[in-house]
Amino acid sequence: MAITEERALESGIDALVHPDDEIGVWKRPDSNRGWTSWLTTVDHKRIGIMYGAVALFFFVIGGIEALVIRTQLAGPEQDLISGQVYNQFFTMHATTMVFLFVMPILAGFANYMVPLMIGARDVAFPRLNALGFWIFFFGGLFLYSSFFLGGMADCGWFCYAPNSLKQFSSGHGVDFWVLGLQITGIASLSGAINLIVTTINMRAPGMTMMKMPIFVWMSLVAQVLLLFAMPVITVALFLLMFDRLFDANFFNVAAGADPLLWQHLFWIFGHPEVYILVLPAMGIVSEILPTFSRKPLFGYPFVVFSGIAIGFMGWGVWAHHMFASGLGPIGVSAFAASTMFIAVPTGVKIFNWLGTIWRGNIRFDTPMLFALAFVGMFVIGGLSGVTHSIAPADTQQTDTYYIVAHFHYVLFGGSIMGIFGGLYYWWPKMFGRQLDEGLGKVHFWINLIGFNLTFGPMHILGLQGMPRRTQTYAEGMGWDVWNLMSTIGSYLIAVALLVFIYNIWRTYKRAVPAAADPWDGRTLEWSIPSPPPIHNFDVEPTVEHLDQWFHDKYEETLDGKIVKRDPAPTLLAEPQQHSDEGEPIWPSSVHMPSPSYWPMVVAAGLPMISFGLIFHLAISFVGVTVVLAGIYGWSLEPSAEERH
Amino acid sequence: MTATTEAAPLESEGHEETPGHGHLTSTGLSNEKLAMWVFLGSECLLFGGLVSTYLLYRNRVPASQGPKVSDIFDIPFTSVSSFVLLMSSLTMVLAVAAIRRGDEHRTRTWLVTTALLGATFIAGQIYEFTVFFREGLGFTTNLGGSAFYGLTGFHGVHVSLGIVMLLSLFALSARGKLGPERAETVDIIGLYWHFVDVVWIVIFTVIYLIPI
Repeated sequence: MAITEERALESGIDALVHPDDEIGVWKRPDSNRGWTSWLTTVDHKRIGIMYGAVALFFFVIGGIEALVIRTQLAGPEQDLISGQVYNQFFTMHATTMVFLFVMPILAGFANYMVPLMIGARDVAFPRLNALGFWIFFFGGLFLYSSFFLGGMADCGWFCYAPNSLKQFSSGHGVDFWVLGLQITGIASLSGAINLIVTTINMRAPGMTMMKMPIFVWMSLVAQVLLLFAMPVITVALFLLMFDRLFDANFFNVAAGADPLLWQHLFWIFGHPEVYILVLPAMGIVSEILPTFSRKPLFGYPFVVFSGIAIGFMGWGVWAHHMFASGLGPIGVSAFAASTMFIAVPTGVKIFNWLGTIWRGNIRFDTPMLFALAFVGMFVIGGLSGVTHSIAPADTQQTDTYYIVAHFHYVLFGGSIMGIFGGLYYWWPKMFGRQLDEGLGKVHFWINLIGFNLTFGPMHILGLQGMPRRTQTYAEGMGWDVWNLMSTIGSYLIAVALLVFIYNIWRTYKRAVPAAADPWDGRTLEWSIPSPPPIHNFDVEPTVEHLDQWFHDKYEETLDGKIVKRDPAPTLLAEPQQHSDEGEPIWPSSVHMPSPSYWPMVVAAGLPMISFGLIFHLAISFVGVTVVLAGIYGWSLEPSAEERH
Repeated sequence: MTATTEAAPLESEGHEETPGHGHLTSTGLSNEKLAMWVFLGSECLLFGGLVSTYLLYRNRVPASQGPKVSDIFDIPFTSVSSFVLLMSSLTMVLAVAAIRRGDEHRTRTWLVTTALLGATFIAGQIYEFTVFFREGLGFTTNLGGSAFYGLTGFHGVHVSLGIVMLLSLFALSARGKLGPERAETVDIIGLYWHFVDVVWIVIFTVIYLIPI
């Protein structure tokens, strides 16, 4: 369908409109207060927060799965869980962390921050944005409903066919996995389209592409990768679904099918996916390091272009996941070389970050600690990654814990450190309250120590030959100590997460308001109050420089010193007055889009269709009806633009 | 520092921030049109994956497993239905031109003609599937069958969705809600329609024209 958002932007907080022109089934919702308003919101900031909250919930679930796995492996020949359950747990641990935690929380950051950073009042398609969130939410619930409906997927997050065909995995777990990922894939795709259009089309006057904050750039590259990677895995998932549900032959080796087809399709998606997970985190870190070093980002264009280079080259390295599958010497050599090359733009970024910190006036606040940990841990993970480009060595390491160690150093030590840094950095902006610094530092150190204790020993385990994805191991292999260390480390990570959750709770209880610009930030999101008003900016900002807000605050004197401007710049959004309870009252003449029920309705139909495909087609028909009703309501919804 | 000047009177703001009005975006291209281009970029990879699968599997059919597509297809018949589909791109262009002129009557005529040509193509596809099935090539018969029906089926679904969109435009126009100010909506759906046609040129070449 043509994605049209024809409605005019609706009015501010208190002056929402009651549309007279009713065509839809229900009235258009018009409240911005109370918990129900969250169900119908189209505000990019609220949607961003919901992405984050749901993602953190799934982070806890994926973490519990990891703890069970580590407890099972704490000593040799334990039988806390059966091999069957173990398979389900490592499959869902990875699926959850990739698709239900890191991707959505980065989508949440992009949703919240990109419009603020480019000086826009919302994303290009607010209802589509809400649709993306609800599809992700229902898709995640659908994936986990398999836990109660006969068992979760047990094929690994890569779910290699033909191993994932019915003959080898007869339960419904893989069906749930295939359909669940298709649902969340729709969410990612719609989010990618929305954010790409927003970034390209809705920048404030004067903000050329090379004046965009670096986080906006890195999320743009990641969204473009998503845009092109999602359809590839969609094809793979469809083929597998046809095989499992409708007896097609795509992976039926008895009929002559090629088992490498799935591997190629999966990794053509899977390797860009790695950069989808890490590029936005690199963007976050590239925002934090300059702010806390009080220097501009060193070599901004280099960071931008190496990000783009990673985006391109990320498409040419997928087969290094398949060195053990017998590609032949030419294929292996080509992909080994491209894998070495892709380390170059990543290395460029590392030096840019070091150059940023170099001789900076550094403050070691919690966001900075996480950003520095990102740089350090990512270097370790990146270096062990380059060792995989030595194909003969990789053949030895494939399917050992060395690989597990590597990708946890890039995804936990990289992405998740960046995500935590971003949470501490932007928390005051998002909620108007600053997370406790002391607890934040406790969280950081326990997390860093726990992380290295968990995944450091896995390098050694892998080089000693301990295979991945095995439920237990024999005594006397020399693996006992390292495994025990690793398990202790994983519990430390859990403790660190509990500290973080306690920090959130305490910050909520204490209710100490945060300043608009607590870190002396450089980009536009710090030029408006914390939390931002629903319309973001009273006046559309005009941009002349990279790091515009820094230039608004500081000027260079004749003898080359950087001094604060006097008077300090006014915020780009100011409440007109405050209510008796201290709630800000905003000018009401800025028109923002009305909330809508329909994104949630359309999204709710998708899991029904999927349940129907697994259990009984009648449920699918109900689901199709719900989706069609939702689209119909969506199209005919009154635009609520007139206030009469 | 324009960004920090005293707040301009807010009343003057009004609707000028409305997304979707071409002349106000950073690129000059409207959000909707850009979104369609971006979406079609994504679709290229979808069909790319399916075409690769077909190329990999089209000849992997042992004699004992039933016919190959190339044993039973009828090139003249499919050429005619392909011609019909390609002609629908012409009528789509005429529909866009008509609505730009403000000629609502001709807009409706060309929209419905485009939809009918698309429907003719789909009818031809259904006929072809039926013939193939009678000749012993079903979806589950062999690898070639799965890959053929998978690829052409996905394309057929795309054409069918396009027909639904064209008929929705026709219905809007019949109710007088599709004036020249919404010419861009027709234009955007036209982009989708042309894309689906271009993809068919690739699929037709791969399945029917490239010799084995």
